[in-house]
Amino acid sequence: MTPLLQVRDIRKTYGSFVGCTDVSFDLYPGEVMGIVGESGSGKSTLLNCLAGHLPPDQGEVVFDTLADGPVDTVTMSEPERRMLSRTDWAFVHQHARDGLRMSVSAGGNIGERLMAVGDRHYGNIRERAVDWLGRVEIKEERVDDRPTAFSGGMQQRLQIARNLVTGPRLVFMDEPTGGLDVSVQARLLDLLRGLVREMGLSAIIVTHDLAVVRLLADRLMVMKDGHVVETGLTDQVLDDPQHAYTQLLVSSVLQV
Amino acid sequence: MIELNNVSKSFTLHNQGSAVIPVMEGANLKVAPGECVGLVGASGAGKSTLMRLIYGNYLAASGQILIGDVDVAKAEPREILELRRKTLGYVSQFLRVVPRVATLDVVAEPLLAVGEDQAVARDKAASLLAQLNIPERLWGLSPTTFSGGEQQRVNIARGFAHDYPAMLLDEPTASLDAQNRATVLGLINSAKARGAAIVGIFHDEAAREEVCDRFIDVTGYSPQVAA
Repeated sequence: MTPLLQVRDIRKTYGSFVGCTDVSFDLYPGEVMGIVGESGSGKSTLLNCLAGHLPPDQGEVVFDTLADGPVDTVTMSEPERRMLSRTDWAFVHQHARDGLRMSVSAGGNIGERLMAVGDRHYGNIRERAVDWLGRVEIKEERVDDRPTAFSGGMQQRLQIARNLVTGPRLVFMDEPTGGLDVSVQARLLDLLRGLVREMGLSAIIVTHDLAVVRLLADRLMVMKDGHVVETGLTDQVLDDPQHAYTQLLVSSVLQV
Repeated sequence: MIELNNVSKSFTLHNQGSAVIPVMEGANLKVAPGECVGLVGASGAGKSTLMRLIYGNYLAASGQILIGDVDVAKAEPREILELRRKTLGYVSQFLRVVPRVATLDVVAEPLLAVGEDQAVARDKAASLLAQLNIPERLWGLSPTTFSGGEQQRVNIARGFAHDYPAMLLDEPTASLDAQNRATVLGLINSAKARGAAIVGIFHDEAAREEVCDRFIDVTGYSPQVAA
């Protein structure tokens, strides 16, 4: 089986400060990988390099495209990369406002992504927008409201709908449940798990919440000071952490 | 089906003075299809450790852990995931689920994961829950609010939903009443009859005698403490 994403030796520095370095891994279709670490450990830098939001200093991010097979997205032309990020890729931001257009209606937010890939029939677009609002548990009657009128949890669900409507194969998520209260978080986790299974999505999820990765991620990568210090199966890394930092991280979780 | 060769395990506690705690040495085990092997030994002897090594939760320090032709001690995460999806089932003592997911869906999930049709998976889940005396009015609720015994039965239903060729059972009959205990033993015996290789921990001696073909005392795998 060809990996969906092959990451080789990614490095990103900010001046003399190392954002992340020596990162390599393969992600296979249907796999969900979690990246954990404290803030400043380089996990978001890495995610942004992978998703094409930041140019890495060195390294390859090879994506298995439908049309041409594996292609290095770092050296790909800007229009090609933009096309990829509208079709096969999706990016769920920590703050829904960064991933939504706040001055456009909920339906418009979802429809915009469909139009970007060439959909022009208003009826179809609206129908799919309503369908996706339902899937993320937003009532149909809110379709014409702007996201500014939504709660934080609803905005986050709308952002997920907007991202998944075009049927991406790889979803990048930056703290998707951060800042949400626990009841909303549980519903969102269930929603994401169902979508991952039904759509066969692969996902890379950056978070500092170990409970979230235990439920969502198959594999885990632990980062510290820009380096990957440990990788493995999620429950193996959490139940039998090998690296000193991971042991500290796991033993520091507060029990409820 | 399940074969362990010379498996050892130690824990290194980096944040507690880098203490190295050897917990297992020279563990050997062979379980054939249709056979149930009971792990025995005092509390702390390493029964659960051995189970977790087999399931891949714990990383073996050395040795081979073969499930079919996959060596869990060396396999890539995705190979272990595939193994857990199709081949190796685990009924743990604790239920760990996404909050707010209905019990019926919790039980059906392993079947959906192997690509079973939604309706078929739900039917199978419903029949298991009925067999284990979980009242139908609870099926639509999340098991996180259930009593300990109910949670355990949901866990067992989930563990037996898919017909795994190899199974690990950690105290499946603890805290169950006589009737449910008999149902669980029945499930174990029918799993054996269809050819599943089973490794189990049973503190309940009567249950142990009823389903296990032989016993392994894990005390023999404890590292010898230097005098």
